[in-house]
Amino acid sequence: MARTSTRLRHAAITVLAWGIALWMFFPILWMFLTGFKSEPDALSTPPHFLFHPTLSSYQDVFARENYWHFATNSVVISVMATLVALLVSIPAAYAMAFLPGPRTRMTLLWMLSTRMLPSVGVLVPIYLLARATGLLDSRTGLIVIYMLTNLPITVWMLYTFFREVPVAILEAGRMDGATRWQEVTQVLMPLALPGIASTGLLSLILCWNETFWSLNLTSSIAAPLTTFIASFSSPEGLFFAKLSAASTLAVAPIMVFGWVSQKQLVRGLTFGAVK
Amino acid sequence: MDKVAVHPPVMDNPAGRAARGRHLQGFVLQSPAIMLLLLWSVVPLLMTLWYSLRNYNLVDPTQQGFAGINNYWYLLTDPDFMTSLENTAILVGGVLAISVGLGTLLAVLYNEAFAGRGIARVLVISPFFIMPTVAALLWKNLMLHPIYGVYSAMMRAVGLTPIDWLSRYPLATLVMIVAWEWLPFAVLILLTAIQSLDMEQKEAARMDGAGMVAQFINITLPHLSRAITVVIMIETIFLLTIFAEISVTTAGGPGVASTNLAFLIYSRALLQFDVGGASAGGVVAIVVANIVAAFLLRAVARNLET
Repeated sequence: MARTSTRLRHAAITVLAWGIALWMFFPILWMFLTGFKSEPDALSTPPHFLFHPTLSSYQDVFARENYWHFATNSVVISVMATLVALLVSIPAAYAMAFLPGPRTRMTLLWMLSTRMLPSVGVLVPIYLLARATGLLDSRTGLIVIYMLTNLPITVWMLYTFFREVPVAILEAGRMDGATRWQEVTQVLMPLALPGIASTGLLSLILCWNETFWSLNLTSSIAAPLTTFIASFSSPEGLFFAKLSAASTLAVAPIMVFGWVSQKQLVRGLTFGAVK
Repeated sequence: MDKVAVHPPVMDNPAGRAARGRHLQGFVLQSPAIMLLLLWSVVPLLMTLWYSLRNYNLVDPTQQGFAGINNYWYLLTDPDFMTSLENTAILVGGVLAISVGLGTLLAVLYNEAFAGRGIARVLVISPFFIMPTVAALLWKNLMLHPIYGVYSAMMRAVGLTPIDWLSRYPLATLVMIVAWEWLPFAVLILLTAIQSLDMEQKEAARMDGAGMVAQFINITLPHLSRAITVVIMIETIFLLTIFAEISVTTAGGPGVASTNLAFLIYSRALLQFDVGGASAGGVVAIVVANIVAAFLLRAVARNLET
C-alpha cells in the first residue's frame, strides 16, 4: 500500500512539474514556431500547430528590417560595457578580497547602494547630459551607462569568487618572488577564471536585456535589439510572423547563455547572499 | 583621497610600513571603481535635486528661475500622481505576491526527484532571460490579442467570448506579464537556497511523523526565509521602475490606468518636457527606492559578517 501511494505521489509530481514547466515555456515555444509561419498562417483562427514552415519572415527581418544593424549595436554595446566593467572591477575586487582595509566592508555596501538608485530618478539629468555632450543615440553613451550600472554587480560577484581562492596559494607564489602583477596574472587569474567568466556572462545578459536606457536614449543610430523590438509595438506588431522571427533572433543567444550559467547567476543576482 | 590619511597612525616599524603599503596599494586598485561610482551616484542625484527646485521646460524658455517647492506641490496635488503611486504599489505588490508565493511552492516542487527534472527546470527559468520588450509584445500580440491570440482561441474553444485584456484590465494584465518574467527569478533563487537544506533534518522530521505541510511550514520555510527576503528586495528594486512593459503594451493607458511612477516621470520629462516636474517625481522615486534599499543592505551586510 505504502508503495502504491509513493508511486502515485511520484506520478503526480511528475505530471504537475512538467505541466507547469510547459505552460511557462509555451509562449516562448509559440513565438519560435510562429517565426516559421507565413503571415496568413500566423493570423489563422484558430491558431494551428501544424503548418508549412517557411523562412520568409526571417528573410524579411534580415532584408527589410535591417536586423544586423541592431544586432551589431547590441553586441558592441554589451561586450564593450562588460569588458570595461571587468577591467575596472577586477583590480577593485582583488584589493577588497586580498588587501582588505578597515573600510572595505563599508565600501562594498556603498557600491551596492549605488545600484539601487532607480534609473528613472536620474532620467532627466542623464538625458540632458547626454544631449549636451552629443551622446544621445550613441553607442558610447549606452556603453558608459551600462558599465556604470553593472559595476557594483561585477565588483561584488568577483569579490565573492576571489574570496574563495585560498590565500595560501597566492602567498606561496609571493614567497617564490612573484611580483603583485605576476601573482595576479599567473596565479589568481587561472584559478578565478570560471568566476570571471560567469561574472562577464551575467553582465552581458543584463546589458543585452536592459530596456530603460536603451528605449529612452536611443532611436536609430545606436538602437540595440530592445529598441528594435519595441518598434513592433503597433501597428507593425500585427505582422505576427515577422515579430516572432525578430524576437526569436533577439532572445536566443542570451537564453542559451542563461541556461548554461544559471547556477553562477544566482550568486551575482543576490550579491552573494544566496549560494 | 583622505582614505589612507585618516587611518590610525601606524608605528614606524617594518610590519607597520608593510601594512601601510598594502592599504595604499589596495586603495589605488579600488580607486577607479570608487571614483566612477561616486560620480555616477552623486552628480545626477544633485542635478535631479537642483532641477526639482527650478522652473524649467525644454520647449518653453519663458519658464525659468527658482520654483521652491512648487514642483513638489504641483506633483503631490496632481490626481495622476496619486494614481501612479497606487499603480506602482499594485504592480510591485501583485508581482511580488505571485512570484514569491508561487515561487516558493515551485521551488519545493522542482526540488523533488522526477523524470527530466533538469530540462523542466530550464523551461521554467527561461522566461527570466527574455528581454522585456519581447516578453511584453509576445503576450500582447501572440497570447492575448482579442482576435488572433492563443488565449482568445482557447476561450472561444470552450465557448467563452475573448476579452481584450490590455484595455479592459490593463494593470492586472501587466501584473501577469511581469510576473511571468519574475516568477522564474524567484524559482531560480529559492531552488538554489532549498538545495542547501539539510536532508537529514527533513528525514528525521518525517520519521517523527511530520506530514508534508508540517515539514514545509516548520523546516522548509524557516530555511528559505533569508532567500525569500532577498528575492523580495531585489525584485522590489526592479519592479519599482518597470517601464518597457508598459511602454510597448498600454503606453500607460487607457488614460492613466496603467501609468506607474516611472512612466509618469518619463511622460512628464520626454513627452511634456517639464524638467522641473519630472525631477520632483524622480526625487520621490529615489526616496522610495532608498527605503527599500536600506532593508536590503542590512540583509546583505549581515551575510557579509559570516
